[in-house]
Amino acid sequence: MRRLLALLALAAGLAAPAAGPRAETLIAAMSSHQIQITSNYTGDQLTVFGLVERDGRTAARGDPYDIVITVRGPRRMLIVREKEEMGPIWLNRTQRRFPDHPVFLSVSSNRPLGEIVSEEAARRERIGLANAERKADYGLDFDLTTTHFREGLLRIMEDKGLFREEPRGVTFLSNTLFSAPITVPATAPTGSYDIDIVLYAGGVPLARQSTNFEVVKSGVEQRLAWGAHEWPFFYGLATALLALFFGWLASVIFRRD
Amino acid sequence: MQIYLPIAELPIGVLTVLGLSGAVGFISGLFGVGGGFLLTPLLIFLDIPPAVAVATVAAQVAGSSTTGVLTYWRRRALDFKLGGILVGGGILGTVLGVLFFNLMRRLGQLELVITLSYVTLFTIIGGLMLYDALRAMMRVRAGKPARLKRLAGSHPWWMGLPLRMRFHQSKLYSSVIPIALLAVIIGFIGAVLGVGGGFILVPALIYFFRVPPSVVIGTSLFQILVTMTGATILHAVTNQSVDLILAVLLLVGGVVGAQFGARAARNLNVESFRLMLALLILSVGMRFVVELVVTPSEPFSVVMPESAR
Repeated sequence: MRRLLALLALAAGLAAPAAGPRAETLIAAMSSHQIQITSNYTGDQLTVFGLVERDGRTAARGDPYDIVITVRGPRRMLIVREKEEMGPIWLNRTQRRFPDHPVFLSVSSNRPLGEIVSEEAARRERIGLANAERKADYGLDFDLTTTHFREGLLRIMEDKGLFREEPRGVTFLSNTLFSAPITVPATAPTGSYDIDIVLYAGGVPLARQSTNFEVVKSGVEQRLAWGAHEWPFFYGLATALLALFFGWLASVIFRRD
Repeated sequence: MQIYLPIAELPIGVLTVLGLSGAVGFISGLFGVGGGFLLTPLLIFLDIPPAVAVATVAAQVAGSSTTGVLTYWRRRALDFKLGGILVGGGILGTVLGVLFFNLMRRLGQLELVITLSYVTLFTIIGGLMLYDALRAMMRVRAGKPARLKRLAGSHPWWMGLPLRMRFHQSKLYSSVIPIALLAVIIGFIGAVLGVGGGFILVPALIYFFRVPPSVVIGTSLFQILVTMTGATILHAVTNQSVDLILAVLLLVGGVVGAQFGARAARNLNVESFRLMLALLILSVGMRFVVELVVTPSEPFSVVMPESAR
């Protein structure tokens, strides 16, 4: 049903008059703009639908279209620490801060990124997991230790399922119509997620489009989190009283003497 | 079956948590310790943010110690006077511990402090207890009494310091100063490591103050109950890291497990009881030693400083 609505929205976008572009335009729609966390939440999946819009004046392309979709989750400060051997024990010796780094990052494309863009262009256009958050300032970012820590960060976040690269995550339904599932794991944080869609042909970016969705707590989950933040003293008191009540209840139930 | 935890912000297997807290509750009922020192590392291992694990375990420990306190109270094996002094010192120690905790966090060395404290504390206390338990067993084998009888009028020097008080229930006549100092140290350690401290208090009262073991457990549980109830509220107010749903799951498993543990404790002889507690504490310490010494498969770790919003 959601998908059908999204397709309808797409069709509506198609019908709107185009302003005579020379290059293609991208139209995108989401199956939903909100993921609600309820008590049985174990992650969710959204679908991005998109259409490459052309008209009579659009230049003919020799190369097929490629799509790269980058999803960036809420930003937090991430600290990456490295353990080093010091005498007989291993200690966290050095650390690097990655301020304002997305906690969720996913890059989907219709074929491996290496076949779509050159490495140089990928770096410049911030395509791919390693490049998505690279600072514009090259010199600063290219020292070896930072690269070292960034690789560690990517590896750990990929293991946790929070960062992922899907080289076959985008499917072309026709020459110009595509869809891509976006999997949000249950451990992904609440907040707003930005989606960037880039259209490529022959390694050249032709059009961009962005949209977004949000992950929010709802129902009991939302009320509890709200209570914990708005009424911390009463929330704590309630938890403590509940704990004492459970303890008392158990002593009544199990009383034998 | 999975349930989403609103504060920890991840789903968790209900049966996993019930099983874990039940097992830890059994141990806590068996030995009269809060069990926080086992439960907190286990929850962190399940990916629950450390701040949430520490704060929520405080609530669970408060709940499971309530059951114990009520049971020992009915059996008149609880010294409220001694407990009151322990609570007073414990509160002062907790405040100092929280200040130290925040200082270390600012310096970025908190993780190291926690690991090293676990290692030293658990290996030393576990080792001492193991040595003592084995020695007592040897004595029994050799046909001597397991424990040297306390001679009338003889006591360690610290019990003779000024401000002496009589604790009838504990058959103790001692200076308040070393008792309060012990309570401050335990409160401090408890705040820094997120443990109740029963595993230190129980042997310390037995070895340093010769309080009869039958009274020690009830009194120690009373001290844990009061400080952990306070800690739950304090954690909720200062960093909103108490997860109510996780707390309920831990409580259900914990209080039921503690009942069976307390029942099993009645059929256990004192010497093997002490040996088992020593081995348990020592093995937790060893686990942290392994973590420090073994070459890590992944040298990097990622932390989110604001994860305990």
